[in-house]
Amino acid sequence: MSTLASEKKKSSSRNGRAAPELIFGDLWEYDPSPETADPKLKSRYELFINGEFVAPKSGKYFDSINPANELKLAEIALAGAADVEAAYQAAQNAFDKTWSKLAGRERAKYLFRIARLLQDRAREFAVAETLDGGKPIKESRDFDVPMAAAHFFYHAGWADKLEYVAPGARVAPLGVVGQVIPWNFPLLMLAWKIAPALAMGNCVVLKPAETTSITCLKLAEIIRDAGLPPGVVNFVTGAGEVGAAVMAHPLAAKVAFTGSTEVGKIIMRSLAGSGKKMTMELGGKAANIVFDDAPLDQAVEGIVNGIFFNQGHVCCAGSRLLVHEPVADQVIAKLKNRIRVLRVGDPIDKNTDIGAINSKEQLRKITELVDSGVKEGAEIFQPACRLPTKGFYFRPTIFSDVTMSHRIAREEIFGPVLSILTFRTVDEAIEKANNTAYGLSAGVWTDKGSRILKMSTELKAGVVWANTYNKFDPTSPFGGYKESGFGREGGRQGLLDYGKLA
Amino acid sequence: MTSAAREISFGFTLQRENSERMSVRFSLPAFRRLFDEIGPVDQIGVEERVAKYTTRSIKKNSKLWGLKTAVSMVDLTTLEGKDTPGKVASLCRKALRPHDDPEIPQVAAVCVYPAMVRHARRVLGSDTAVRIASVATSFPSGQAPLRTRIGEVKSAVADGADEIDMVINRGAFLAGEFDRVQDEISAVKEAGGTATLKVILEVSELETYDNVRAASFIAMEELREGDFIKTSTGKTSLNATLGNNQVMIEAIRDFFLDTGIAISMKPAGGIRTAKQALQFLIAVKETLGDAWLNNARYRFGASSLLNDLLRQIEKEKTGAYQAPYYFSEAAESY
Repeated sequence: MSTLASEKKKSSSRNGRAAPELIFGDLWEYDPSPETADPKLKSRYELFINGEFVAPKSGKYFDSINPANELKLAEIALAGAADVEAAYQAAQNAFDKTWSKLAGRERAKYLFRIARLLQDRAREFAVAETLDGGKPIKESRDFDVPMAAAHFFYHAGWADKLEYVAPGARVAPLGVVGQVIPWNFPLLMLAWKIAPALAMGNCVVLKPAETTSITCLKLAEIIRDAGLPPGVVNFVTGAGEVGAAVMAHPLAAKVAFTGSTEVGKIIMRSLAGSGKKMTMELGGKAANIVFDDAPLDQAVEGIVNGIFFNQGHVCCAGSRLLVHEPVADQVIAKLKNRIRVLRVGDPIDKNTDIGAINSKEQLRKITELVDSGVKEGAEIFQPACRLPTKGFYFRPTIFSDVTMSHRIAREEIFGPVLSILTFRTVDEAIEKANNTAYGLSAGVWTDKGSRILKMSTELKAGVVWANTYNKFDPTSPFGGYKESGFGREGGRQGLLDYGKLA
Repeated sequence: MTSAAREISFGFTLQRENSERMSVRFSLPAFRRLFDEIGPVDQIGVEERVAKYTTRSIKKNSKLWGLKTAVSMVDLTTLEGKDTPGKVASLCRKALRPHDDPEIPQVAAVCVYPAMVRHARRVLGSDTAVRIASVATSFPSGQAPLRTRIGEVKSAVADGADEIDMVINRGAFLAGEFDRVQDEISAVKEAGGTATLKVILEVSELETYDNVRAASFIAMEELREGDFIKTSTGKTSLNATLGNNQVMIEAIRDFFLDTGIAISMKPAGGIRTAKQALQFLIAVKETLGDAWLNNARYRFGASSLLNDLLRQIEKEKTGAYQAPYYFSEAAESY
């Protein structure tokens, strides 16, 4: 098929005509359209321990900034070891005295209440999430907040049906669970972590990422308003040391971590032999595989969604595009035209497709890896879009002529950067897709059903999407193979990771 | 699957076929190659893509520009059994002067049945930018002998039609007689002479996006720069949707990038509100680019759309919605 197309192109260039091009200019510019809902931010956020907002014992605070303009949003309490201790004591106390003794249907009521209160304040939370993290408002509005509420609803449904979750066995809660979550989906990861824990009857001590603590502490307001018994959920804020304290605390019966593979390994090393249950959801370098019979325009849309969703700050991002050689040129040409109309800019604008990079540090890391790609000889393409002068932004970037030995094909970039490799046969596609330390997700694009089934069996990835990408649902378990971690979140499997068979 | 199987058998039987059968069967492999080349369409993927257009937020000046541009793209339409010269005259007057506001442009064309063309021409005169489009070829079914359809086209052009909106032979398409579909388009094009040709695919009768994409290419191969492909007649249950529009403008884009020939697009039927029209224009801007944001390259086949566009323009200018009786009514078709 591509042969025909390329022959025609050659003949037109023989006629001396310029190759036809589309014009994506400024004939019809969209006016700014900022979301105007009030995020109702406080100037200072305290720790949430035992149902109350309390100042950190050290009296120290750190700033949370808006990555879109580098302006300070609020001060966040910096927890110390004593605060983490207080949080665990509160959680253990709540577990022993109230939460584990409540009937499942009673726990369900609290979860339903949290879900509904979150829906009531959806716009407010969406704006707060966008200001704090830099993701486009259309994503926080249409994905993060509704999906977070959906996780509470889903697990509320499980709370009174736990006798059916493991047929033939009874399940019991573990106790207090320590959880640390990343900055890419602050509210959603929070929901992923605490909803199943609470449904099963556990109590929680959770630390959000230091750059994105605000929606977590706003959710604390909802938890308080929902009347959840004090101590069932506790939030401690701060950077790595606080996280380490949360993970290492002796009262933690289980720890759950979502973040980088590097930190995950440190946690696993430090907890080896402690007898704590663990689930780890770590990095990824997913292969998005496009065969020559695929619906190409929809595949291009899926590639864009796979790597540019949330600025590429997605552990399951389709960061390696494996494209069948017969259609490689065609796919790359379509992709370039598609990227030219992506709108990079102020995340609070409702028309923004790609928002701000979460932090200066992350921007530095992305820049460094992109430079390495250029240095190692891959061909870079970036659209000529204007970027705001303040704030952390990075153009959507695609690299073609990438091989498996390039750093940009091996290391997780966690930014809007796509590496394109080609393959000739199904076996080669599988081999290249699995030739990575990671195994979180993969995508397959083909019109052939049997090939989808074969690929989903052979790809070593926790999730394989067929003719779509980045689809999530509370009922569907999510998690990795190899260095992408272990344990599942979501669905019956995710729930079981928060209980023990009794 | 059956067609593929048939194709394989031709290789062996070709020599022994009589020439009439051979001409039909010869072309099938060629069309299969074409369909292979243009590739399939994933329904869910298309519908997800177009759902994103509906979340775009168009405000202030950009909204005003979009609304005015949409007015200039309207093919103001009346296609009813009860159409009279009087009704057509009122439609033409509305086309020339959609609203009292002088800043509002004229519409692109009026679209009427062939019998009404001469009445439209009488009202519009010869010195007008508003064009006359006529739905010839036994619209909407197309179920008449080719001879009859060609005659209709010729008489519409003779009466003063600038543009011919033809229907494709859906029956032939669904029976796999792609060459017949193409030959008929070619015959109509010839009969229309210099008149702009708009080829109606009648997407709801083709049913799948794969078919819509294939039919778009079959038509475009016969068309000249400036000719249109058009979604529907407006006479079936499902007409222009963002999904159909997307599949067709992606076909136009691919055909343009391949051949350099820019085909125009006309969604028709079911577009009643200004909000919908803006969503279609967003699709054009983000798929085909600036060169298609004008009425030579993009049209709306509509009637009630026009007054909603005018209402929204006045609302943007004055900050308040005006009563419906401030806008003259001239059409009540699709």
